[in-house]
Amino acid sequence: MNRSVISASDLSLTFQTNDGPVHALKDVSLDIHKGDFVSFIGPSGCGKTTFLRVMADLEHPTGGSITVNGVSAAEARRNRAYGYVFQAAGLYPWRTIGGNIRLPLEIMGYSKADQAERVARVLELVELDGFEKKFPWQLSGGMQQRASIARALAFDADILLMDEPFGALDEIVRDHLNEQLLALWRRTEKTIAFVTHSIPEAVYLSTKIVVMSPRPGRISDVIDSPLPKERPLEIRDTPEFIEIAHRVRDGLRAGHGYDD
Amino acid sequence: MRRFGPVLVVVLTIFAIWYVGSFLMNRTWVMDQAARAGTEPGFTEVLRDTMNQDRAKLPAPHQVAAELYDGVVNKKVTSKRSLVYHGFITFQATMAGFALGIIAGVALAVAIVLSRFADLTLMPWAIISQTIPVVALAPMIVVLANAAGAGSLMVPKAIIAGYLGFFPILVSMVAGLRSPDGMQLDLLRTYGASPGQVFWKLRLPASLPYFFASLKIAVAASLVGAIVGELPTGAISGLGARMLIGSQFGNPMIMWSALFAAAILAALLIWIVSGIEKIAVRTMGGGQT
Repeated sequence: MNRSVISASDLSLTFQTNDGPVHALKDVSLDIHKGDFVSFIGPSGCGKTTFLRVMADLEHPTGGSITVNGVSAAEARRNRAYGYVFQAAGLYPWRTIGGNIRLPLEIMGYSKADQAERVARVLELVELDGFEKKFPWQLSGGMQQRASIARALAFDADILLMDEPFGALDEIVRDHLNEQLLALWRRTEKTIAFVTHSIPEAVYLSTKIVVMSPRPGRISDVIDSPLPKERPLEIRDTPEFIEIAHRVRDGLRAGHGYDD
Repeated sequence: MRRFGPVLVVVLTIFAIWYVGSFLMNRTWVMDQAARAGTEPGFTEVLRDTMNQDRAKLPAPHQVAAELYDGVVNKKVTSKRSLVYHGFITFQATMAGFALGIIAGVALAVAIVLSRFADLTLMPWAIISQTIPVVALAPMIVVLANAAGAGSLMVPKAIIAGYLGFFPILVSMVAGLRSPDGMQLDLLRTYGASPGQVFWKLRLPASLPYFFASLKIAVAASLVGAIVGELPTGAISGLGARMLIGSQFGNPMIMWSALFAAAILAALLIWIVSGIEKIAVRTMGGGQT
């Protein structure tokens, strides 16, 4: 159960720009274990999205090393080790919801019967059953984002990488989707890496909260949440919850350096 | 009725301006005739005489309409004086050129998007090709096509029509194939999709709205190309040839009726292409752009 799924050590990534080098990540080390729900929180420019993209082999580190499922990030990507959920749903407007979820399955060469069975299963998982034949524009923003999560769940990746998936949604929808995501995580036992800049969202969802700070992007605190796996929304009013939120806020403040 | 109201107003305004123009331009001839006969015509007589001249400088709308009706309905479609006959000749060249333009435009766009080398080498030439007046190019294409053994004018006309038609398709398809953003490309990368899959699953479907939008421009350009191909090439059939004959033999009625036949043909073609576009849009997600 304590097997390390994602392991980064002394990871650095420097972008060369016209204004000189930008240190998006500097000496970042972290272990994510199987079944963890890890949130990355920090101000913009702290490298949290870059870190997630390195795990996904969408960016290449300039220093240090990272393994995903025990192999390099590139190999893990080729093995289809993870599903990636972007900030925007990014559904193809010319495909139905079912067609969008079938997209990765078609690319990965699943049989027609298998595709149909998987689409039905993940639609049920994100509570979108009955919407298979609808086109994306017929769904609300929250429903579109759920469909994009279903798309990431359709194939057998046991890692889910989510880059501020609910950032563009309003608070009420976001609460509801957070609840659903937790339920889904408990049911599927996936390992989830989740980028956010909402403190309540990070504390509510995570078993582990990684607080990051910018210039250069680095980890300033790692908090293991003592909250139970079963989390009703009301847990946000408990002293434990408020205490963790407090620690996250302190970490953010310490790392941010408002003096500059 | 509300939809047709504005259109009707515009059409009536054009007709009014046209009638006034006919009166003003044809009056000189009426006055000359009267002066020669030593008569002093009243306004109503001048008006009447300006509206019914056989060789008017600017024939009145009803004259053109009558000539058009005569050329379309009263002549057998196989007759050399039938506008349907000539229209069909031009239509054939237009369609052949349109097809050529689609094939060339799409093929070049695919090459340009997939290969940086093609992007750097082909695109400037495609743009230069449109800066050369096609009227100057047409006789050369006819000569070359004949030397290559084309046999009839149909082949060079189709080439000229395609020459004008491919460009809007090329430009739109390049934009369409490049329209997927970084996130959508990243998504396919996370699936480990091959370049071929990126093309067929993402780039090509994303480009289709651009493709259909460009078809309307391309079909009109192809028609212009086909007509221009009939002008300086010694063609004796086709709407372009009719226009030239009308102008050379001082018979403006033939010229004007051929011109309107071409306009009606263009409207029909665009209407058909729009219909195809609507069907395509509906099957691709139902009207949302």
